[in-house]
Amino acid sequence: MKIHEYQARNLFKKYGIPVPDGVVCHSIEDVREKIPNDDKLRVIKAQVHVGGRGKAGGVKLARTREEAIEKAGQILGMDIKGLTVEKVLVAEAVDIEKEFYVGLINDRNSKSVTLMASAEGGVDIEEVAKTSPEKIIKLSIDPTLGLMDWQARKIALQLMNDPAQIRQAASILSKLYKLYIETDASLAEINPLVLTPDKRVLAIDGKMNFDDNALFRQSEVLAMREVTPDEQKEIDASEKGLSYIKLNGNIGCMVNGAGLAMATMDMIKLYGGEPANFLDIGGSSNPQKVIDAMNILLSDTSVKAVMINIFGGITRCDDVARGLVAALKSIHTDMPIVVRLSGTNSREGLEIIKEFGLPTVSTMSEAAKKAIQLSKRKV
Amino acid sequence: MSILINKDTKVIVQGITGRDGAFHTSKMKDYGTNIVGGISPGKGGSDVGGIPVFNTVGEAVKATNAEASVIFVPAPFAADAILEASFAGVGLVICITEGIPVQDMIKVTPILKQNGTKLIGANCPGLITPGECLIGILPSMIFTPGNIGFISRSGTLTYEVVNMLTEAGLGQTTCVGIGGDPVSGLYYRDLLEMFENDPATEAVVLIGEIGGDAEEQAAQYIKVHMKKPVVAFIAGQSAPAGKRMGHAGAIISSGSGTAEEKIKAFTAAGVPVAKEPGEIPGLVKQKLGL
Repeated sequence: MKIHEYQARNLFKKYGIPVPDGVVCHSIEDVREKIPNDDKLRVIKAQVHVGGRGKAGGVKLARTREEAIEKAGQILGMDIKGLTVEKVLVAEAVDIEKEFYVGLINDRNSKSVTLMASAEGGVDIEEVAKTSPEKIIKLSIDPTLGLMDWQARKIALQLMNDPAQIRQAASILSKLYKLYIETDASLAEINPLVLTPDKRVLAIDGKMNFDDNALFRQSEVLAMREVTPDEQKEIDASEKGLSYIKLNGNIGCMVNGAGLAMATMDMIKLYGGEPANFLDIGGSSNPQKVIDAMNILLSDTSVKAVMINIFGGITRCDDVARGLVAALKSIHTDMPIVVRLSGTNSREGLEIIKEFGLPTVSTMSEAAKKAIQLSKRKV
Repeated sequence: MSILINKDTKVIVQGITGRDGAFHTSKMKDYGTNIVGGISPGKGGSDVGGIPVFNTVGEAVKATNAEASVIFVPAPFAADAILEASFAGVGLVICITEGIPVQDMIKVTPILKQNGTKLIGANCPGLITPGECLIGILPSMIFTPGNIGFISRSGTLTYEVVNMLTEAGLGQTTCVGIGGDPVSGLYYRDLLEMFENDPATEAVVLIGEIGGDAEEQAAQYIKVHMKKPVVAFIAGQSAPAGKRMGHAGAIISSGSGTAEEKIKAFTAAGVPVAKEPGEIPGLVKQKLGL
C-alpha cells in the first residue's frame, strides 16, 4: 500500500524526524486560508500516487502568498499520468547545502531489512546506483537487535563531517528504522535528506509503502489508504478472493494460480498477442468466483477475447467446468471465449464445456493462439 | 532415494483441526504419508481421524519423534507456529499459509539458522517424494516416481509442468514448491545442492519467476558446482516493469530480477531455458540423451 508524501511527512513528524513546515491544501480557498501573508519562499507539490511529478510540472516554487495561491491553482486539477491532482502540499522551501539519500527496504536476497544511504542524493539516485554502486552504502539489519546506534553513527559518519550533524543524521536513521518496523513498512525513503546552510538536517521529501499482508494489524496505516480507480478494481477483486492487475492489452485472462497466470500472459505475448490483465482466481470451482472474475474482465472495454486457463489439481476439472457453465449462463455476453482445461478429470470437464457450445483446447499454446485469432475477428 | 522426505519421515500437522488442516491431513494420510500427530492448542488428548492431537509442538515431538511439521495456521499466527516448531527441534518445517507479514518472516530467518531448522515456504504447496511421502496440498495423482528433481516458486504452474513430465514418461525423485513470498526458507541453491548429492536424481527442472535474485544465484551455483543437467523456465517474461517500489527497489536489485537477466544467467551456466512450459519435457530428454 502506498501513501502520499504529506502522509509520510506526518509519520516522520510523529517519530521526531525533522521536516520543513508545510500544510496540505485541497483547493485555492484552502491555500488562501492556511498560508500567512508573508514573503517566504514556498514549494507547491502535487500529491499523487505516481512518480515523475516534478517533470510533469507538478512541483512549483512560489515567492509570495499570492504566487503560492496562483501556482496551487495551476497544479490542482492537473492530470499527471492519468491521475487528477486533488491535493497539494505547500511547504516552506529551505536552502540546501548538500543532498543525501536514505532508504530502508525489505530485501529478499539478504532476507533482512536493508538500509541504504548515499552522499549523492536527489532524483538521480538510481543512476548513481547503476554507474557508481560503490557510492551507495548498504547495511543489512539484524531483526533481533535492530539498527544499533553505532551502525547508525557509522553510516552518518560516511555522509557528514561535523559532529553535531552526524548526531542529527544518526538519530534520523534510528527514528526512520523505528517507524519502518512499527508500521510494517516495505519501503521508506528520504530523498533528499538535506543539510541546510544553518547546519540543520531535514527530510525534504519522503516516500513510504506498506506490506499489504500486515494491514490487519496496522489500523492507523490503513486509515491513510487512498486508491486510484485501477487500484480500486484490484482491491474489489481481492475482497472476492481474486487477484487482479490491469494491463494494457486486449486478451482477458482468467487463470488459477499466480505462476500459471504469469505463464499464460507470457504465452499470449510469445504468439504475438497482448494480455489485458493478470487474474488469478485461486483454487476453487465456486461458480460465484468465476462470475465475479468474468464481470471484471467484461467491465474492461479493451478486452476483445477471453482465455480461461485452468489446471485441475485437487479441484477437479469437471467441477470447474460446471462452475464455468453456471457462471456463463448467468452472464449474457457475445465475448469470444476460449477454455483450456487440463489435469484431474480434464476429459469430463472439456466434454461439459463442449456441450455448452464453447471452443475448447487442451494445451496452453493452442489456447493462446486461438484467443489471439478471436481477438482480431471483426465484429 | 530422494531429498528431504521419504516413506519413513514422521510428520506432524500444526493447525490439524482447522478446515484446510483437517482436509489435507486426510489427503496426505491417504497417500501414505506417515502422519504421527497434530497440534491444536487446547484440544490436546483428542484425535482427528485416529491421529493424536497435542497442545504444543514440544509435546508432539516428545511423544512421536516427529521430524517434519506442516503448518496450516492462519497468517497472523503462522510465524509463531514456525518458531514453535523450530524451538521444539523439528528439523524440517513446511509452511503452507499464505499472507504472512514480511517483517515476521525476517524475524524468523536468523532463528531458523541458529536452531538448524530447514523451512520450505511460506505460501507454498509443499513437497512430495512420489510413491512415498506427500507433505502439503499438492495434487498427488499427477506425480510419479522417477529420476527428475523438481523445484518451483509457483503452485499451479508446478502442477502443469509436472503433469507434462509424467505424461512424457519422466517421473520424479522429489518435487519441492519453495513458495512465492519475498522472504522464504530454502531457496533454489540449497535444493540444487541436495539434488546434486542425491544418487537417484539424474536431472533437475527449475521453474523460476521474475523478482529477487534467487534464480541468478542458482545459475551461479549450477555453473560452479553441478554435474547433473538442469532445465529451466521463467514465468513473468511479459510482466510490465511498472509494478516497482520507488528508487530503493531498483537500487537493491540493480541488474537482476528481470526475466531477461535470469534467462541470461541460466544460458551462461549452460542451462537451457524453455520458451514455454510445453518445451520442458523435450529439453530434459535431450539433456538425458533419451
